[in-house]
Amino acid sequence: MDIFSNLLLGFQTAFTLSNGLYCFVGVLLGTLIGVLPGIGPVATISMLLPATFVLPPVSALIMLAGIYYGAQYGGSTTAILVNLPGEVSSVVTCLDGYQMARKGEAGKALGIAALGSFFAGCVATVLIAAFAPPLAELALKFGPADYFSLMVVGLIAAVVLAHGSVIKAIAMIILGLLAGLIGTDVNSGVARYSFGLPELIDGLGIGTVAMGLFGFSEIMRNLEHGEERQVFTKKIRGLLPNWSDIKQAFMPVVRGTALGSMLGILPGGGPVLGSFSAYTLEKKLAKDPSRFGKGAIEGVAAPESANNAAAQTSFIPLLTLGIPSNPVMALMIGAMIIHGIQPGPQIMTAKPDLFWGMIASMWMGNALLVVLNLPLIGMWVKLLTTKYDYLFPAILIFCCIGVYSINNATMDVFMAALFGFIGYAFIKLEMEPAPLLLGFVLGPMMEENLRRALLLSRGDPMVFVERPISLTLLIVATALIVIVAAPGMAKKRKEAFQEA
Amino acid sequence: MKIAQPKNFWGGILFALIGVGFAIVARGLSFSGYILHAGYNMGVPARMGPGFFPFWLGIILVALGLVIAAMALRPAQDDEGDLAFPRFHWRPILLVLGAVVLFGVILRPAGMLIAGFVLVIVASFGSPTFRPRATVLLAVALVTFCALVFVGGLKLPIPLCPDIEAMQQFTLCRA
Repeated sequence: MDIFSNLLLGFQTAFTLSNGLYCFVGVLLGTLIGVLPGIGPVATISMLLPATFVLPPVSALIMLAGIYYGAQYGGSTTAILVNLPGEVSSVVTCLDGYQMARKGEAGKALGIAALGSFFAGCVATVLIAAFAPPLAELALKFGPADYFSLMVVGLIAAVVLAHGSVIKAIAMIILGLLAGLIGTDVNSGVARYSFGLPELIDGLGIGTVAMGLFGFSEIMRNLEHGEERQVFTKKIRGLLPNWSDIKQAFMPVVRGTALGSMLGILPGGGPVLGSFSAYTLEKKLAKDPSRFGKGAIEGVAAPESANNAAAQTSFIPLLTLGIPSNPVMALMIGAMIIHGIQPGPQIMTAKPDLFWGMIASMWMGNALLVVLNLPLIGMWVKLLTTKYDYLFPAILIFCCIGVYSINNATMDVFMAALFGFIGYAFIKLEMEPAPLLLGFVLGPMMEENLRRALLLSRGDPMVFVERPISLTLLIVATALIVIVAAPGMAKKRKEAFQEA
Repeated sequence: MKIAQPKNFWGGILFALIGVGFAIVARGLSFSGYILHAGYNMGVPARMGPGFFPFWLGIILVALGLVIAAMALRPAQDDEGDLAFPRFHWRPILLVLGAVVLFGVILRPAGMLIAGFVLVIVASFGSPTFRPRATVLLAVALVTFCALVFVGGLKLPIPLCPDIEAMQQFTLCRA
């Protein structure tokens, strides 16, 4: 298989006038919504999901991927200008980015973030094209037992590598798995946990759950305290970093890209881990670490490149194994299913135009981000200065219309409100709701693979340790838990996430 | 006994209760011979019934919840932040979620123009810095925008006007 001929097919698909336009619209809308404080990529994508319903699947996914990159970049803009991370992956960008903004170098910070992200995006696109085919081929050899074990590893890795309490996150995943089982069981036809409500027979929609957990709950939390935002609006000039800035930032961008790409492929990796590790690495490597936290350009360049690289390579497990490595990917799976595409290793051979078109669109999306953001930063700043009193009703009405139009069901609106309350309560109890979404998507898949594996083995659970692939995966999962539970490691892990 | 970390303790209990709920619904519930809820067929591992997977997941959730709660009984290390039971701010909760539910209730009978307007107004009361005039203007602007973009542009099948014969004659309402 020639990666260039494949990429060529991809570019032919992505570079049609209409798909290019959808990519552009996606990036624009994604940035527009992502730039609003308190709205991360998950909420942005679920809010804009219904807007893609009218499109053919390829265009819809290209647009959604564009929305994702836009939201990601929008989050960084907010981090730099307002010191409010739109989502966890831009937390570290706040540290030096905001300090740069205070020194009057907001333009430089935004510029280097865009250029670094673009570089990372180019590298990651090639990586996906190179690594996805062999991985997908491997995945085709997987039996149900292997798949089940793979999902176990994926879920465990997702919580081990994320920050926060491991046991709480695992409980949250189990809750997600259970929520995913609501609705008709495909094998027996029994409507589980539907309590006689006809709307629940088809199960909960991922858009509904995501919008409640991440959209509504965030609004309620933001309304608790008045406004404390301070935007640096006046001093934005000189968007393009000068030559010495670029020289200073170049190696951090390369290192960030490398680190982010690797961590993005891991289940549970993704942008958050990428940006945190890249920041820590730069601080360790710096001749004068005390500059960090006071507006060091490396402190923006490295994590921004890393989170973009990771955002993109996290598509690899999604497109080859059909397994989401983070909540955004879980949402992408949901979107694919809505458009009638079952994610998994067969996509690449069954729908090569979709697969390669999406990959090529990633490169295009990154290029558009640079083109779009450098001139439009003034507009984003305006948006940021908008009072939250005007923003949240807007978010709310978009969410409501979005939730309703997924199935044209008012029941979904009520369900989203319920999940909004659940999300709020969990956040208040310091239980991060993000892992729930992973479990939610994997619930039915896990059950199905467990059922098939046990059916084939006539009920013998040893099947999970007898197959070499499955055994290896389970050993990895156990090792991860043991490592993270070991007292020394627990402390190290905490430090790693706190240092930044 | 005093609970050292109320936040984690009650979080764990919440998980455990949800787990119990899921497990009971899967398994069924009978009380001295009376079947209150039949539950789903458990099956055997080789032929898993619909109750098998959710039941065991529920049990695992109960176990995890209890472990979390038990761990919360030990005194906290000093770097773990505020572990007191959190204060729920009911005003934004009730007004925001209430507005959403209201939107759902009146969307079909009253149409998006009215439901959206009500949503924005009610939710805005949830803000500590609510201003009536600005909010009304905002509501009108947002509803118009949504009608143009979602119904006019994206052709999502959302009712715009109240579900009354007379109203449906306007072309505008049949978007």
